[in-house]
Amino acid sequence: MINKIWFFMIIIGMLVAIATNNIQIINDVVIKNTQEAVGFAIGLTGIMAVWLGLMNVAEKSGLIKRIGKIMSPFIRLLFPQIPKNHPAISSMVMNMVANMFGAGNSATALGLKAMEQLQSINPVKTRATNAMCMFLVINMSSIQLIPLSVLKIRADAGSVNPTEIIGTSLVATTVSTVVGIIACKILERKY
Amino acid sequence: MVKILNFLSIMIIPIMITIILVYGMIKKINIYEAFVEGAGEGFKTAVRIMPYLIAIFLAIGIFKDSGALNLFTKIISPITNFFGIPREVLPLAIMRPVSGSGALGIVKDLIHTYGPDSFIGRVASTMMGSAETIFYTMAIYFGAVGIKMGRHTLLAALLSHLAAVIASVLICKFMF
Repeated sequence: MINKIWFFMIIIGMLVAIATNNIQIINDVVIKNTQEAVGFAIGLTGIMAVWLGLMNVAEKSGLIKRIGKIMSPFIRLLFPQIPKNHPAISSMVMNMVANMFGAGNSATALGLKAMEQLQSINPVKTRATNAMCMFLVINMSSIQLIPLSVLKIRADAGSVNPTEIIGTSLVATTVSTVVGIIACKILERKY
Repeated sequence: MVKILNFLSIMIIPIMITIILVYGMIKKINIYEAFVEGAGEGFKTAVRIMPYLIAIFLAIGIFKDSGALNLFTKIISPITNFFGIPREVLPLAIMRPVSGSGALGIVKDLIHTYGPDSFIGRVASTMMGSAETIFYTMAIYFGAVGIKMGRHTLLAALLSHLAAVIASVLICKFMF
C-alpha cells in the first residue's frame, strides 16, 4: 500500500508542477528535503543513544521486567499475543508515557526499541504482527496531555485563554485513540 | 490542573532517567558500562532509518510544494462540508498526518488570520493537539525493523485521524 501511495504522491506532484509551470520547485525539494531527512536522522542519533543506553541499564537491573510484570494485565487486553512479562511491554509503556508528555524524540527512541522487541517474537519478519499494528496506531493517535507548541502559538497571538484548548484536545484525542483501537481489532481479522 | 500537567511534562524525562539509574545502582550493576554498551546501538538505528526518512521526506516535499496538496484539498472539500468540517481548517486536517511542521505552519497561519479565540482558531488548535504525523511515523517504525507489509495499520490510523478531525469540530461547537 505504501508503495502505491509513495508512487502517486511523487507522480501527481510532478504533473501538478508541470501543469502550473512550477517545475523548478521539484529541484529545490529534491535537494532541500532529502538534506532535512539526513539532518533529522543525525539529530535523532544522540537522543537514541541516550535512551538505548538507559534501556540497557534498565534491562540489566531487572527494572524492565518489573514494569512488564506490573503493566502486563493492562497491556494484555490490547496486545493478547505478547507473552507475559515480555520486555516489549515495558518499552511500549515507556513510549506511551513519553508520548503523553510530549517528549518527542525520546518517545521515538523508546518506540523503536519496542518495535525491535516486538519483531523478535514475530514469526514472519516482513509482515507486521497484530501487536505492531495496534502499537503504531495507538502511538500515532497519541494521547498528548499538553500540546505545548500550540499553546505557545496561541499565547503569542494574544489569546485571552491560551490553555482553553487542552480540554477539547484531550476529548478529541481520546475519541481518535478509541476509534483507532476499535478499527485495529476489527481490521486485523481481514488483513 | 494545567500547572500540574505542565510541571509533569517538564519533569517526566528527568524522573525516568533518575529512576533507571538509581534502580541500577541499588541492584549493583555497572551502570556506566551498560549505558555505553546500549548507546552504541543508537547509531545503527539512526543509519537504518535514514533511507526510509529520505524516501518519505522526498514524496511529502514534492506532493506539498508542487501544489498537489492544495489541489487535493479543493477536490475533497464538498465531502468534508457534508460532515460540517469548516472549509478553512481542511488544509490542516489533510496536512496533519503528512507533516508535523507543515501542519504547525498552517495552524500559525489560521490563528493569525482568524484570531486565536475565533471558532476557526480553536478548532485548528484542538486538531493540532489531538493528532499525529502518520506517514513518517509508519515509515521509520516499520523501516527500522524491516517490515514490508504494514497490513491494516495505515487504514486504521487514517480512520483514527478522521475521528480526531470530526471530534475536534464537534467538541469545539459544543464547548465554545
